[in-house]
Amino acid sequence: MLAMIGKRLLFAIPSLIGVVIVTFLLTRALPGDPAAYFAGPAATKEAVDQIRKKLGFDKPLIEQFVRYSTDLAHGDLGSSLTTGQPVAAELRSRLPASAELTLLGLVVSIVIAIPLGVLAATRPGSWIDHLCRVTTTAGVSLPVFFTGLVLVYVFYFRLGWSPAPLGRLDVFTSAPPTVTGFYLVDALIARDFEAFRSALSQLILPAVTLAIFSLAPIARMTRASMLAVLASDFVRTARASGLSPDKVIVTYAFRNAMLPVITTLSMVFSFLLGANVLVEKVFAWPGIGSYAVEALIASDFAPVQGFVLTMAVMYVLLNLMIDILYGVIDPRVRLEG
Amino acid sequence: MKRRDFLKSVSGLAAGALAPTAPAIWSPAKADARSETLLIVSEGGPNNLDIHGVGTNVPGYEVSWNCYDRLISHEMKSGPGGVPYYDRDKFKPELAEDFNIGDMSVTFKLRKNAKFHDGTPVTAKDVKWSLDRAVSVGGFPTFQMSAGSLTKPEQFVIVDDYTVRVDFLKKDKLTIPDLAVIVPCVVNSELVKKNASEKDPWGLEFTKQQTAGSGAYKVTKWTAGTEVVMERNDEWVSGPLPKIKRVIWRMVPQAGNRRALLERGDADISYELPFKDFQEMKANGKLNVVSLPFSNGIQYIGMNVTKPPFDNPKVRQAMAYAMPYQKIMDAVLFGLANPMFGAAKDKPTEVAWPQPTKYYTDMEKAKALLAEAGYANGFETTISFDLNFAGVNEPLCVLVQESLAQLGIKTTINKVPGANWRTELTKKEMPLFTNVFSGWLDYPEYFFYWCYHGNNSIFNTMSYKSPEMDKLIDGARIAAANGDTAAYDADVTGFVDLAFADIPRIPLYQPFVNVAMQKNVTGYEYWFHRRLDYRAMAKG
Repeated sequence: MLAMIGKRLLFAIPSLIGVVIVTFLLTRALPGDPAAYFAGPAATKEAVDQIRKKLGFDKPLIEQFVRYSTDLAHGDLGSSLTTGQPVAAELRSRLPASAELTLLGLVVSIVIAIPLGVLAATRPGSWIDHLCRVTTTAGVSLPVFFTGLVLVYVFYFRLGWSPAPLGRLDVFTSAPPTVTGFYLVDALIARDFEAFRSALSQLILPAVTLAIFSLAPIARMTRASMLAVLASDFVRTARASGLSPDKVIVTYAFRNAMLPVITTLSMVFSFLLGANVLVEKVFAWPGIGSYAVEALIASDFAPVQGFVLTMAVMYVLLNLMIDILYGVIDPRVRLEG
Repeated sequence: MKRRDFLKSVSGLAAGALAPTAPAIWSPAKADARSETLLIVSEGGPNNLDIHGVGTNVPGYEVSWNCYDRLISHEMKSGPGGVPYYDRDKFKPELAEDFNIGDMSVTFKLRKNAKFHDGTPVTAKDVKWSLDRAVSVGGFPTFQMSAGSLTKPEQFVIVDDYTVRVDFLKKDKLTIPDLAVIVPCVVNSELVKKNASEKDPWGLEFTKQQTAGSGAYKVTKWTAGTEVVMERNDEWVSGPLPKIKRVIWRMVPQAGNRRALLERGDADISYELPFKDFQEMKANGKLNVVSLPFSNGIQYIGMNVTKPPFDNPKVRQAMAYAMPYQKIMDAVLFGLANPMFGAAKDKPTEVAWPQPTKYYTDMEKAKALLAEAGYANGFETTISFDLNFAGVNEPLCVLVQESLAQLGIKTTINKVPGANWRTELTKKEMPLFTNVFSGWLDYPEYFFYWCYHGNNSIFNTMSYKSPEMDKLIDGARIAAANGDTAAYDADVTGFVDLAFADIPRIPLYQPFVNVAMQKNVTGYEYWFHRRLDYRAMAKG
């Protein structure tokens, strides 16, 4: 198994090199001149040239690429011009924010979607099946920023139940010392329950927003896959053998229906991680999505490259994890390169 | 005792039981912290804490203004609506306790008890090092210093430990005002030199991340793109001790949420909201909304005069008569701007800037002028705008497009992404565009020097060149330096008249800076840089 994992990681190297080259070229092909942008509103032509030289953008492309790759080999992703910070440090501090939000959103989504899908599949045509259909359609057709804004309007502005949408913590709460970067976990480690409470209450609305959006693919996939499995021979045999309906559904059918659901989950997770820009914007969440988009708007190359590379690495690892998980759920699946 | 320390010590004893009751215990402490803390929400935050840095953005200026001291600053006067407004002509000592303006130099006596945040006293060598730095680092700071004829390190002379002299290269009325802008701030030279390197002799990397000044506030925490926390410097001596102990500045990208935060009373102050929101908040009266005109600023429609059809003054005049001025005021700005059009026919030109033109919307006149110029059937053109300010620019351009269509002019709208806008401006190829220019130094000749002079600076976006105009602008600058009021007045009215007759750019309105704050927040002051000065503010 370890050998297999090693082999899989080796295979990922060429694709990562490809990602590095393509993002480098793509960012350079963007319209806009970062030197002119950062020279400020009152810059003369000389000032712009001075800045271009300082940033190294006056060198030929190939030389810029060699310098970028050497830095990369040393783990240096460069510095962002918009925020003025090293990209690696910023990604490190922002990735947990996005991951915490996405994971919690996904957990909420799974807790609702999987039972809903299973129930809908066992009672096709019943009210619960219709409920499943309505929620999934609604979830998919409402854009996330809209759901987010409506939730903020109702729960913060109107009812006042939710705290101000001001990012990960209440303004007057200080962050727990960083261990994992996940505030909920760190606050528990530090036994700082006020920070925990604050972090959790800040998380609820954005996580629910994400959950509403990701509910649909998971519930639909669970339902479809359960329906297929329930119609198969071994389930009929199990029923004929007099096993209780619960045992048939949970032990036999559900386990076999899990594979496509896991695949969907991994896709939903990686999609959400990069694509929850809008949720991050609505809730002032300091995540990586909004970071990348802001950098893109300012033609700030380094963070965009760093973001794409991070996402590529995440995809590789996530796929590997899912493949391993397959083997655990269904021993028939072999982990092969 | 800090809340968290307290919590930690207690949580060891009764961790589980405490959690649910915690909020009740902390409320008084929270309320206390709340009344001495100013919570600001805005769209963007600083990218650099030092205005001398490479590409420091406008929010960064606000940090510099509050965390560093300058030798001198401006007095306040009562502005529009009774809001304190900086007085362009009156200076007060800040880090200097006294200053003496001579014929070809100015001498500053420093406060002997002023200290940097780390406790080292502020001396003449720090002042010289900081001014040397401003004129040497290149980019924006050096450019801004040169606007006041401050270009060489030799100009800054240490007389003794607490006396500095600034020598003038030539007589320039803008030298003293230029020493009161944000750029010539005084930096802790010993501390920064310790953290400088051969590659970075001015220590820009160090001051990018932390403040090394003697100002009323110091940055204690900065998470780029998320928040800036500033604490009061209790040892500050360059003015009365500020009332606000702590400033928390959070970035909230969603304008709707910023408004919700204000209306719920969670945030104290915010700017950068859509005009419609400001208008509504003003009307419902729950918050204090301050709207003040940009000093020396105008939003305009520019035309490239080097290419047809806009090389013809008749076409440009026709355009000036075809602008839907009032519609822009009502539908785009919700009245939150000063009109820069429609002055009475017989109104004499004033020695002031900005001032309204005598143009107004008159489609018949526009048609006649266009026919005279030989474009009776109109033409095709493209109007460009900066997407960073799409909230105003986009509807404005649509209204212009609609209006021009009545003259048979087919206009395509070209939206230029913010990162690209500066490049496009420098190229000077856009035929028709809208933009804002506003100068820190509030003098007509300063504005005209950048926007109309034939030396073709980046802000002369129209590539307008006229020997007569150059003569008037240069004349006004010289007259100002020599204190020749009669010649100055003649030159200023002269170039204003010429700019309106030749009309290479059509002034539309003078924009407002809008700030919304809670009723209990007092002490807002308008500054030429249009950012907040926390030192005068108070709560409760």
